[in-house]
Amino acid sequence: MSSTKYILGLFDDPDEMMHGIDKLQKNSIPIYDVYTPMPIHGIEAKLGIKDSRLGYAAFMFGCLGGTTILSLVYYFLGYDWPMNIGGKIHFALPDYIPVTFEWSVLFASFGMAFTFFYSTHLFPGRAPRVMDLRATNDRFVIAIDAKGNTPHEDITNLLKEAGAVEIKHNDRKYVSYE
Amino acid sequence: MASHKESIIREPLITGKNITYAQITDDVLSPVENKPNKAWWIGFTVASLGACLWVFAVSWTFWYGIGSWGLNKTVGWAWDITGFVWWVGIGHAGTLISAVLLLFRQKWRNSINRSAEAMTIFAVICAATYVVSHMGRPWMALYCLPLPNQYGSLWVNFNSPLIWDVFAISTYFSVSLVFWYTGLLPDIATIRDRGTGWYRRIYSILSFGWTGSVKTWQRFETVSLILAGISTPLVLSVHTIVSMDFATSLEPGWHTTIFPPYFVAGAIFSGFAMVQTLLLVTRKVLGLENYITMFHIESMNKIILVTGSVVGVAYITEFFIAYYSGGEYEQYTFLNRFIGPYWWAGCMMYGCNVLMTQVMWFKRVRTNIAMSWVLSIIVNIGMWFERFVIIVTSLHRDYIPSSWAMFYPTWIDVSVFIGSIGVFFTLFLLFIRVLPSIAMAEVKLLLKEQSEQAKLEQIKAGHLDRDQVEFYKNSLKKFDSVDVSAYENV
Repeated sequence: MSSTKYILGLFDDPDEMMHGIDKLQKNSIPIYDVYTPMPIHGIEAKLGIKDSRLGYAAFMFGCLGGTTILSLVYYFLGYDWPMNIGGKIHFALPDYIPVTFEWSVLFASFGMAFTFFYSTHLFPGRAPRVMDLRATNDRFVIAIDAKGNTPHEDITNLLKEAGAVEIKHNDRKYVSYE
Repeated sequence: MASHKESIIREPLITGKNITYAQITDDVLSPVENKPNKAWWIGFTVASLGACLWVFAVSWTFWYGIGSWGLNKTVGWAWDITGFVWWVGIGHAGTLISAVLLLFRQKWRNSINRSAEAMTIFAVICAATYVVSHMGRPWMALYCLPLPNQYGSLWVNFNSPLIWDVFAISTYFSVSLVFWYTGLLPDIATIRDRGTGWYRRIYSILSFGWTGSVKTWQRFETVSLILAGISTPLVLSVHTIVSMDFATSLEPGWHTTIFPPYFVAGAIFSGFAMVQTLLLVTRKVLGLENYITMFHIESMNKIILVTGSVVGVAYITEFFIAYYSGGEYEQYTFLNRFIGPYWWAGCMMYGCNVLMTQVMWFKRVRTNIAMSWVLSIIVNIGMWFERFVIIVTSLHRDYIPSSWAMFYPTWIDVSVFIGSIGVFFTLFLLFIRVLPSIAMAEVKLLLKEQSEQAKLEQIKAGHLDRDQVEFYKNSLKKFDSVDVSAYENV
């Protein structure tokens, strides 16, 4: 049995790579993942990736931030130490709109960004799981799990036909650990 | 992608022949991966000397107290807050470019957003240092935050615009930082994958393990869009709140309802001027003429012209309302800007901001690099004087003539200001050495449609309207990075 773990099709053009995805899918070859140096629109639909739900997270975090600061201000200035400013009401709501807004934005952006990092496993010091070092530079890489996807020759030919400039049969999943 | 072509009449956003994805990476990363050139060292030496001056002047202030500044009982706010508002204003363009222009789908933002955002962050750092040094006892800065304390607890007053400002500036700084850093991740990963040894290890940590898989990119784009959506009202709120530091007082010259939009327009105006000042030099020194093209320069000049004119309208409105309100104190304050002892500051303000920018109506001025650069400096000077006039000229003659006074800055005042410019440039020069000054991933998106070579191929392929092609060729004449002779026989 061959020791190939992953087959990589390297393209130098995003349109040809999209063409390659179509071709592989037409031949019922499952794609493990695609690595690109820039966001390619339409690719997520092809690979069946659902819409991101980060917007909901941002909204919920925003609500949380606004509620937090408004409750705190109510506690500070309405309950714990009410100040008599010209006999006006203690909880002067219009004055608290700026800080409520600021904290809504603060929580929404930080909450969303950290949810993004968490859900895509990004954090400082994480060992990069890179399949090809040029995927962040100028190569558009389609990765195919070699196990169970045989014969490898057919996959190689399909990628070649689609316009791949290079096809790699890698024995290791990631090249970034040495 | 290339399934639909962009209209030929749009000017190219990337110029040059035979630009490939790899070429973009090489060009943008050359200052990061190579040793700095002489120009960088000279700039860095001068800037860090300025930063040393800042450290010295601020230490002096902390040691001897605020008495080392030129403030007096009448003019209790002067040089320091002028510098603060100036820097915060400059810090507005970065988020404007990255957020507002993203929402408007302005693709020319792609090659200038990174350095503009960095500039924002450094400008806000400079602004924050003014606030802390004005406290005299910087360890008391903690009392701006609503923390439990031994006085009761006595909480901060959320009715005060100064407290709103603490929240606004800190939120603005941290959200800008998140926006900037998230955008940097793919580019840091590029540096990581090209590097070796310790260099690679550092960028590996900084890259958060970015790989560029489909899911990461998809979510990355969602994050960018939502951050842009919430940063847009944020950036407007920040300078609105800064203006409320003045507008909610009862001081003639400050107490005007036009302040929020007027300050926001002024902030965008000065911010773009600073972006222009930096990028015109950066593109030359780092050889990025193909990515920051004449189209970018002209677009920024147009924004400077528009916002400068908005500021001009605000000035006129202020004068009209002073007259129309019939308030004699108000009227005196505005007249005093021209006939008082600070008339020269008033002239600098109105002259630099309104009169000088009007020359940008002429295309020849907008597309002239030297003139654009000089004008951007003039705008920066004018906007500094705007804050000086609003603050000092309004304060120096108050309601009782016996308390009228003048403000004279001491050498400490001046050193803090010059020093803060040094701090800013030190940070900016370090930034262009260690991080990509252009968002590579975003510029790569433009290559297949918006580049000069893609458009040339389109023309060569034919099927285009002859007049439109002619129009396009004419628009290329202003570019300093395009060889027009190549188009003669096409």
